[in-house]
Amino acid sequence: MTDTIDTSLSIPKNTSEIVHQGLKKRYAAEKRFRRYGVVAVCVALLGLVVLFSSILTKGYTAFYQTNIQLDITFDESVIDPKGTRKTKDLSSADYAALLKKAMRTQFPEVKTRRDKKKLYNLVSSTAVFALRAKTMADPSIIGQTHSLWLTASDDVDMLIKGHIPRELPENERRISNKEISWVDQLIEAGSLEKQFNRQFFSAGDSREPEAAGIKGAIIGSFYTLLVTLLLTFPTSVAAAIYLEEFAPKNRWTAMIEVNINNLAAVPSIVFGLLGLAIFLNVMHLPRSAPIVGGLVLALMTLPTIIIASRAALKSVPPSIRAAALGLGATRMQTVFHHVLPLAMPGIMTGTIIGMAQALGETAPLLMIGMVAFIVDVPGGPTDPSTVLPVQIFLWADAPERAFVERTSAAILVLLGFLVSMNALAIFLRKKFERHW
Amino acid sequence: MTFTKTLALTALTVAALANINAAQARDQIRIVGSSTVYPFATAVAETFGKTTEFKTPVIESTGSGGGLKLFCAGEGDNTPDITNSSRAIKKSEVDRCAKNGVKNITEVKIGYDGIVFANSRKAKPMTITRKQLFLALAKDVPAGEGKLVANPNKTWKDVDPSLPDLKIEVLGPPPTSGTRDAFAELALEGGCKKFDWLKAMKKQDKNKYKAICHSIREDGGYVEAGENDVLIIRKLEANPKAFGIFGYSFLDQNGDKIQGNLIDGQEPTFENISSGAYPVSRSLYFYVKNAHVGKIAGIAEFIQEFTSNKAWGEEGYLADKGLIPMPMAERNKFSEEAKTQTNNIQM
Repeated sequence: MTDTIDTSLSIPKNTSEIVHQGLKKRYAAEKRFRRYGVVAVCVALLGLVVLFSSILTKGYTAFYQTNIQLDITFDESVIDPKGTRKTKDLSSADYAALLKKAMRTQFPEVKTRRDKKKLYNLVSSTAVFALRAKTMADPSIIGQTHSLWLTASDDVDMLIKGHIPRELPENERRISNKEISWVDQLIEAGSLEKQFNRQFFSAGDSREPEAAGIKGAIIGSFYTLLVTLLLTFPTSVAAAIYLEEFAPKNRWTAMIEVNINNLAAVPSIVFGLLGLAIFLNVMHLPRSAPIVGGLVLALMTLPTIIIASRAALKSVPPSIRAAALGLGATRMQTVFHHVLPLAMPGIMTGTIIGMAQALGETAPLLMIGMVAFIVDVPGGPTDPSTVLPVQIFLWADAPERAFVERTSAAILVLLGFLVSMNALAIFLRKKFERHW
Repeated sequence: MTFTKTLALTALTVAALANINAAQARDQIRIVGSSTVYPFATAVAETFGKTTEFKTPVIESTGSGGGLKLFCAGEGDNTPDITNSSRAIKKSEVDRCAKNGVKNITEVKIGYDGIVFANSRKAKPMTITRKQLFLALAKDVPAGEGKLVANPNKTWKDVDPSLPDLKIEVLGPPPTSGTRDAFAELALEGGCKKFDWLKAMKKQDKNKYKAICHSIREDGGYVEAGENDVLIIRKLEANPKAFGIFGYSFLDQNGDKIQGNLIDGQEPTFENISSGAYPVSRSLYFYVKNAHVGKIAGIAEFIQEFTSNKAWGEEGYLADKGLIPMPMAERNKFSEEAKTQTNNIQM
């Protein structure tokens, strides 16, 4: 050490020598910094990959569902003994009997009551509703025999997908050796298959995992976001334009600005409490409805979009305004004919990111009753409904094993929506962005 | 252009909002309450919705206390019709209801739920008594007659030499949970009563007795793991040295990963809980606002579905979900009372 200091002190040097001496060190520092950067990016990517792959490996199986093929005889003496074909009679008929009979024909050797009950449980308890719906849609089916694919119960589904290991001792798994032997017989006969899980996208929530779907939640999310968008977009753009282009710069506007920035950082649950106090208790809007969810989320995203819109307006060069004013346009004409169109890509990006944030929100919806079990797919913004993240939250808490993969699958769908929204934001920015 | 368009849109939205207030009559049953009853009530609601012409009831999982608070807020369209509860209604809640004009409530008991003390299948099962559970989990434990000390037990072996030499680590629900209330009342108090002087205290100073018997240690032996029982099960799987406290239905569904430990020599099985042999089991209820029956379509039919044998019977679909059915005679009594709404809570 002392040596190097000595030499550096002893040699007289000019500026270029000094620069040369330090150069190696400076290059090394830059290299080091770049390496840190690469490491940081790698760590972030690794986290993302681990997260995605764990969700993907857990969730992809939910897109397939085990189905069992059975020859169902739509026996008139069971469904409609009086032969009336009235909706009321068809609606209350014992469709479970059809299913039981088909199972008994398939497995004639099963005799005891206990075994029969187990046998019937191979098929989902919701298969009965499917038979009912089929008959009600087309009563002419009565009297005919059809070979139908029916949803298997969640235990069979979990066995086929390997989530219930066969090698476990019998008393430790939810499915007995006998049931497994029946399942194997069905597989051999070619009447048990994994098929695309259409119900997952076409049904609402259900207590039976094999029948649960996310359509209700997706439609609920759609209505909620629609209300949010209709409310926030005009309000926040108007607020941003006024504050940026028209408002005098005084103590009041400064205070408003501080408050807007503050609101953007308020935890979302606070907006939920506000929604409960105002929209439900004072205005008496319906509980669990997307319209209230939309209002609450609108309050939440308002500051985000205002801030983004103001930044977009600020980035339009003053020369554009000066030119418009110089040609005799009024200030309003300047803003609406020139500044706003140029700022639009930025405003859109901010709005989409705000909407994506609203799409992923659960906490404020807890307070206004949107965290609920809702089977019916909502038909409008005032019908009770949940949203996607809430559905994920509810499924994550359900005891049935089969809900684990469905939870991950719902997360995949939500991530899909978020990724496409963000991609759209980037696309819009790249396409319409102007450089000055 | 954009401005006028957006203005028009805002106007439309506001108009739509104003409309809702006018058209608010409800045609759908609303249910709130216990997260323990939630899996059962939702199963009934779904069947009800799919087999009748009525809409499927909306069920919110708010916890027993939260549900009764909403339920007792008053009568009318914007209050719930039914609340589920994993414990009987308290006197204070009845008073609150009465104060807000809810004067007629029917109580319906639906069955039993066992609270299990479970660990991972990878670990050895442990046989434990309620007294040992109390000594392991209470905040203060007795040290001789009339004296209490802060719980000194660090391992199960400290509690009783017959138990394994493992650190006491129990994952359970937070104080807001009905499961925790029930566990404290049934398991801890059950063990607490085994000390004669504490038992004698019950008569003299009930509040102090309760404070001693129901308080759970806060020094790390008992870990609050949130209301999510699935999470507790995952943690038990990852840590075979830990134990967990949750409802029987979760044990029923995850028997390949976790095992229920014997309490007072009784295994937490369907048969033992329903016969009452297993000591840590509680009753589950729902409460109906009588004034809403007939006004909101379908309430009577929903109660009928819930109290039918195909739902809550021994072979019913609720038993498949983990509900422990009541004996036949008790079922008949409650279903009759529910139908006629005669089992009213005394105001």
